[in-house]
Amino acid sequence: MAKVKLASFAFARSGDKGDGSNVGIFVKNAADYELLKKVLTVDAVKRHFHGICKGEITRYEAPNMLALNFLLRDSLGGGGSESLKTDAQGKTHGLALLEMEVER
Amino acid sequence: MQIAGLGHTICAPMRDKVRIGYGQGFWGDSILGPIRLIREGPLDYLALDYLAEVTMSIMQKLRSRNPKAGFASDFVTLLGRVLPEVHQKGIKVIANAGGVNPSACLDAVLELARKQGIKGLKVGIIDGDDILSRIPALLASGHPLANMDDGRALSAVQDRLLSANVYIGAFAVAECLRQGAQIVIGGRLTDPALVAGPMIHEFGWQPTDFDKLAAGTIAGHIAECGAQCTGGNFTGWRDVKDFVRIGYPIIEGSEDGTFVVTKHEGTGGLINRETVISQLLYEMGDPRRYLGPDCTADFTSAKIEAVGKDRVQLSGIKGGAPTDTYKVSLSYQNGFKTTGQLTVSGPDAVAKAKLCADIVWGRLALDGCTFTENEKLVEIVGAGVCHEGIVKPCDPPEVVLRLSVKCNDEARVDRFGMEVVPLVTSGPPGVTGFAGGRPKATDIVGYWPALLNKHQVQTRVRVEVT
Repeated sequence: MAKVKLASFAFARSGDKGDGSNVGIFVKNAADYELLKKVLTVDAVKRHFHGICKGEITRYEAPNMLALNFLLRDSLGGGGSESLKTDAQGKTHGLALLEMEVER
Repeated sequence: MQIAGLGHTICAPMRDKVRIGYGQGFWGDSILGPIRLIREGPLDYLALDYLAEVTMSIMQKLRSRNPKAGFASDFVTLLGRVLPEVHQKGIKVIANAGGVNPSACLDAVLELARKQGIKGLKVGIIDGDDILSRIPALLASGHPLANMDDGRALSAVQDRLLSANVYIGAFAVAECLRQGAQIVIGGRLTDPALVAGPMIHEFGWQPTDFDKLAAGTIAGHIAECGAQCTGGNFTGWRDVKDFVRIGYPIIEGSEDGTFVVTKHEGTGGLINRETVISQLLYEMGDPRRYLGPDCTADFTSAKIEAVGKDRVQLSGIKGGAPTDTYKVSLSYQNGFKTTGQLTVSGPDAVAKAKLCADIVWGRLALDGCTFTENEKLVEIVGAGVCHEGIVKPCDPPEVVLRLSVKCNDEARVDRFGMEVVPLVTSGPPGVTGFAGGRPKATDIVGYWPALLNKHQVQTRVRVEVT
């Protein structure tokens, strides 16, 4: 076991959903998927995104893709064209999740 | 889906496989995408998406100034470069380029074809999605169009509405093709309908073939952002070869709903399980229940396999019946905003950028112009703006200071815009990089998602020939 960034073995994509964003994250094998499901609890993701996400987080599982999908509500400072943020569409939130360090 | 005066007729499958390229992921995508799809390999259909929520309000404004405007003129520019080739090769083009004025787009395309001497070109339009003028009548007859996200009644913004469009599904596209159109121009067609429509037409899928319609929808979802499934925006980007010549996606569809995501041989980019799954997850909500106008789709039912170089197959997709409502996208005027940017060099770039921001707010206050915390934003780009709270604080050699404001008072937003540039000579040293003049107030377009009973919407198809 060593501490590694999710970026070393997982992939992610994010985009906007209303005033929030979605972050999809997935891996390439079943063992890593079990790890992902264990470490990426709603609470852990909420803590990681404390500077970005001001609302609730929902987690969905897509086992056929070895993927988890997170909805981060109120994470865009207003959403769409109402947001003043440079990343008004949450395009970089996937990479932000991949920055998380986990024991693997 | 009701198509006025024309029932959807059962027709025998026309071919085993159909190749549908997706050449435009949004208004502003590279014109090279569609041109290279047409030129660099075989193609049956070319799908082009030009619309987003904000686009419709811009187009309504254009049309209010000029009755011949209000569609994606980029589409006509593209056809100007490729129409003879498209016509000669028999490639069918499906585009939601009609915006809020499909008939004006039709006229522009017909005029272009005549100018280019192309005879016998059939161009069709689909309309009925634009319900802006019907809003008072719909409200009066008990269709509240309440905000899907927060339940607010439309009366809160009715006097400020800019656009109102129903998301139309794939059967209207199929009907337009059945009537012989080689170029299909829609208004607010859903992005996936541009792919599912040709499949319905080619394979004779019926409105109750929910698994197949779900497959067509998912195929469309994968392709709808163009190169985002062929290596673009991929977090494994180091494996992507030749971004310059990145190939745009081609869906090879089969009658049973199985399809392959691929691109023309010899193009750049990358298609593997990971690039396809990345795009499957894009803008995803509940993956078991993706709602569309023609069906619901279960993204977790798909079997996803690499079946060759730059070829990924999806099979076994399950779907269900659609809801009895259409999604409606409304937009409204919701105040004004602007942003000003300056580059601040080191040493002490972050500290100086913070000082610059304080100077701007302070000078504005001296002149009686203030903004609440919700109305202003300071971003020090280069010091961890995108990943706030995640990356460690750092002191980069230079940063970009990005100051933004929003409020209902246009004059106050413009007053802010006057106070950014003076920092170059009246703030800390090393402030530079200002370009583009004073930041000016621009409209904030609010987005209002709602639902409308399907019986209230009638799509119409019209096909003209040169």
